[in-house]
Amino acid sequence: MAGPRPGLAVIWVTFFVALCLTLLPLPGWAEPLRPEWVLLALIYWSMALPHRVGLGTAWILGLLVDVAKGAVLGQHALCMTFTVYIVLRTYLRVRNFPVWQQSAVIAVLLTVYESLIFMLDGFLGHALPAWHWPAIITGAMVWPVVFSLLRGLRRRYQVA
Amino acid sequence: MPGEQPFGSGNIKPLFQKSESLTLRLLLLGALSIALIILDHHQHQLNHLRSALSVAVYPVQVAVNTPFQVAHWADAELSSRQRLLRANRELRAQSLQLQSRLQRMQSLEAENAHLRALLGSARQLPARVVVAQIMRVDLDPYRHEVTLNRGTRQGVHTGEALIDSHGIMGQVIHAGPLTSKALLITDPSHSIPVEDVRNGLRSIARGDGDTNTLSLPYIPNNADIKTGDLLVSSGLGGRFPRGYPVGRVSRVVRNPHNRFAKVTAVPLAHLDRSREVLVITRKPAAHPVPPGSGKKAGTTGSGNPGGKS
Repeated sequence: MAGPRPGLAVIWVTFFVALCLTLLPLPGWAEPLRPEWVLLALIYWSMALPHRVGLGTAWILGLLVDVAKGAVLGQHALCMTFTVYIVLRTYLRVRNFPVWQQSAVIAVLLTVYESLIFMLDGFLGHALPAWHWPAIITGAMVWPVVFSLLRGLRRRYQVA
Repeated sequence: MPGEQPFGSGNIKPLFQKSESLTLRLLLLGALSIALIILDHHQHQLNHLRSALSVAVYPVQVAVNTPFQVAHWADAELSSRQRLLRANRELRAQSLQLQSRLQRMQSLEAENAHLRALLGSARQLPARVVVAQIMRVDLDPYRHEVTLNRGTRQGVHTGEALIDSHGIMGQVIHAGPLTSKALLITDPSHSIPVEDVRNGLRSIARGDGDTNTLSLPYIPNNADIKTGDLLVSSGLGGRFPRGYPVGRVSRVVRNPHNRFAKVTAVPLAHLDRSREVLVITRKPAAHPVPPGSGKKAGTTGSGNPGGKS
């Protein structure tokens, strides 16, 4: 990220908050419901500003998630990069959808992401029941909130 | 994808070029990730990278942990005088009891050293401990791991044992400069060599994926083991120090059709409740923490690892 560009701090503050939410302790029953906050933030920014937030950002954030969660290095990085790749391929259409329709697309993206994580977990021989499908539903449900919040931030601080 | 038709025709060309380089970059980053996964999973060669990244994640962990610490502090600051007095009284009584036990222990230790000298066997090195706190950050719910707020700078190293005031909790699997990760004894991938205090029967206690059970899969049907037996670490394998309590046998099922009995034990350490823990270190701290720099920081001296809790 060379040179001071407007709103770079805003983008990274949202990622920081998303990482915090990922690590925030939850009671056991709420654990599977935790949405993938980092991925949601990534999807928003790559959809809104595809020329600034792209595969490289996704990969770095994925590595940070790997370290923060104590997963195998590269697992979340790979899955996030791939999900953001799909976003970058489709953002021109999805950007113009109404928010509820976007939620449906988000659900599909999250399903792709979780399946990839699940497959890698199985491939690496980790404990089995790690397919967090409830996180897909909660992720799609919180998307309108994430979307309007981040759009508000983007407009307020004129991140472009 | 050439299938996309944006509105302005002037946009088409740059978009097309971009999507080509996009795929290229995906392949590149994908290959890099897979290389990382293979290196990390099969060879464990990425400790330096992980340490560096763990420093980058440290602010996030601190941000998440701080509210809990503040709540803890506020709870201590605002608690009533009555409560403090009562706690003080209880601690005094407990300290008295522990001191009386310590006196006996000192004489036993001297006797033990004497006997060992007579036998000509190696003396056990005095253990050094680092007091650490478990950070309140959530990790993968399917793995039994915790994050500690001490790292190599405070003398915590990979492979060292983690205990609380009741027994062995686990071992440090990765020490970063400021924080470290520990695997608990109940993780399904963890095993610890143990022995029965009553008769010295040696075995291996494996994690079960449940915070309240350990299983001992290799005990023959005719072995002398009973419900209520205390299991301590045997020190074989060299990873865990000898003689720390691990668990208590909770169930023994003997089935003549199987070669091995089904034995389960309950871990003695409070795996899901302890906050302050001790890391038994082998090497002194790289940068010793000056006394008084933090209220809980520091490497306490030799001797009694159970002295603080």
